[in-house]
Amino acid sequence: MNRFALPLALFALLVVVLAISIRHSPDKGIIISPLVGRAAPGFALPSLTDAQHKVSSADLKGRWYLLNVWGTWCVECRAEHAMLVEVGHSGVIPIIGLDWKDEDDHALEWLAQLGNPYQAIGVDHDGRTAIDWGVYGAPETFLVNPQGVVVYKLVGPLTRESWTQDFLPRLARPASAGL
Amino acid sequence: MCRIGFAIVLIGVLCGTQMAHGIDATSIADPALEARYLELTHELRCMQCQNESIADSPVGLASDLRREVRNMLLAGKSDEDVRNYMVSRYGEFILFRPRFSLRNAWLWLAPPLFLLIGLGVAVRVVRQRAALTATDPDVPDDDGRG
Repeated sequence: MNRFALPLALFALLVVVLAISIRHSPDKGIIISPLVGRAAPGFALPSLTDAQHKVSSADLKGRWYLLNVWGTWCVECRAEHAMLVEVGHSGVIPIIGLDWKDEDDHALEWLAQLGNPYQAIGVDHDGRTAIDWGVYGAPETFLVNPQGVVVYKLVGPLTRESWTQDFLPRLARPASAGL
Repeated sequence: MCRIGFAIVLIGVLCGTQMAHGIDATSIADPALEARYLELTHELRCMQCQNESIADSPVGLASDLRREVRNMLLAGKSDEDVRNYMVSRYGEFILFRPRFSLRNAWLWLAPPLFLLIGLGVAVRVVRQRAALTATDPDVPDDDGRG
């Protein structure tokens, strides 16, 4: 009996460690952003719709906003656009667009066809701002609180489910308890 | 699409000439910087095609990240600065060689620990057997016959 006790105990320990690791591992292909819980990276980008102005993070301080990363080359962005339009028109939260590595005229055409849910759209031609935000695919949507802290990041298209389950509850909480 | 087409043509051309650069056509004049650039781009993961390094991947994001690495090196940043920047944006996952941390310490320490335990057990078993053969006349010989 005694000679099996130690190996058994070690095996049990291994099972527990692996079970915890598997339980906590994220879905395959989804990478948890290290930015969640930290200050959102600053940006100041040319505006798609207004040549006179820049779209900058400094102007957004003090209020909630969504940063939505999209591009006309992105198939899933088309799929989520109707939901974005709905959220944008609901007036719950302003949506800032990050037009990632795109052609301006394509982007304008897209908005004319599908509607413009964005309060402002920054143009990221060279993809530097996207790298700062840790973007690795489109669409991605960040929820930023009035303190400028990233509260949540969605990878993939915004759906009604993710909007009601992941975004709205976080918005309802007081800003100081944004996480 | 054009970019991928270009990359494929580039692969074809480069395969015939020098494989060291793979799909990455850029080079830095300073050979020391170039060596660091090659090493760093080979140890950073392409987040879109997760099993390739950014040096080996033809996707747009990989080339953006290579440009970022090159610019940081040209600006005098250290290798560790570059790694820290990438990890702060994309997380540990971007490193092909994970760093030692409290969270993964057991992964790093378990193999040598198990090796030591195994050695200890082996030494004990051999000693016990040696002691047995020295004292017990009934113990089998090496050839297995009693």
